[in-house]
Amino acid sequence: MADIAFLLLIFFLAATTMDSDTGLMRQLPAIPDPNVPQDINKINDRNILEVKVNKDNLLLVEGQLTEFTQLREIAHDFILNANDEPNMPEKEIINIPYFGDVAVTKAVISLQNDIGTKYGVYIAVQNELIAARTELRDELSRREFGVPYERMDEDRKGAIDDYIKVPISEAEPKRIGE
Amino acid sequence: MAKFVKTGKRTIKAINTSSLPDIVFMILFFFMAVTTMRETDVMVTVRIPDATEGKVLEKKSLASFIYIGEPLEAFQAMYGTEPKIQLNDTFKELADIQDFIAQEREQLNEADKTKMLVVLKIDRDTKMGVVTDVKQALRRASALKIMYANTNVDRIVLQ
Repeated sequence: MADIAFLLLIFFLAATTMDSDTGLMRQLPAIPDPNVPQDINKINDRNILEVKVNKDNLLLVEGQLTEFTQLREIAHDFILNANDEPNMPEKEIINIPYFGDVAVTKAVISLQNDIGTKYGVYIAVQNELIAARTELRDELSRREFGVPYERMDEDRKGAIDDYIKVPISEAEPKRIGE
Repeated sequence: MAKFVKTGKRTIKAINTSSLPDIVFMILFFFMAVTTMRETDVMVTVRIPDATEGKVLEKKSLASFIYIGEPLEAFQAMYGTEPKIQLNDTFKELADIQDFIAQEREQLNEADKTKMLVVLKIDRDTKMGVVTDVKQALRRASALKIMYANTNVDRIVLQ
């Protein structure tokens, strides 16, 4: 009996893979219904941070050639708009649980790529944008509750997510650079 | 006065091993429970990209996997070296994704169908053209929750 148990044990010991998959979670937009009129209310240009990776894997932020290492800071400052500058995202007063009436940024990040862009670079750029957003959420969490965002309970996490929403949209790509 | 008297020889008793099978069974059951067998053989070279913000995939049962990359050398004679899409155990075309998603969704419980997640394991050197086509196919199949698989690192170094 014990021999068989040992045999099984050793088999499972050898066959077990404990590693878990990690990845960036994303929600794709649904295909728009052609019968439903599209939302004509375009997003104000000042609210959009246009990030583009071209076929040579170069990074363009608002049309400007930018170093990859600077991206996180640029996105961070853009979302925060600490001095309420007129060319940076607008803010809107919204009531959010735990916070009350607060000025919530209307910032949106638009990520575009060419057909020839390398997937690794694209993911790296997306990662930086997500990191910038997470950083801001973490700062807010520490400031308001004194606890890092990661260790927050789900309710408060949701409130923080509402405060710093900043959708990252993956735009339909342009058919150039094949 | 008390006397300390040594009586007889000291012998070391053998450890009682009667509970050993219990322990072994416990470990056995633990490994049985945590084991996940690799169901699919990956037939493409996939070096997933590095990132710092990756989240752990918690419910593997809800996930379907799509692999994209160069076919392994053994398959290159037949399929060439251009990135190919692998669904389950075979190379497939873009048009097959919709069927694949429908089929995977069929296997889930009614309650889990909306929580279905597609994990994209894509080689870092793949061109975005292929990736975008797959993304569009997923949108058409209304599999909107996706995860770009990556390895978590402390710092990203772009090659």
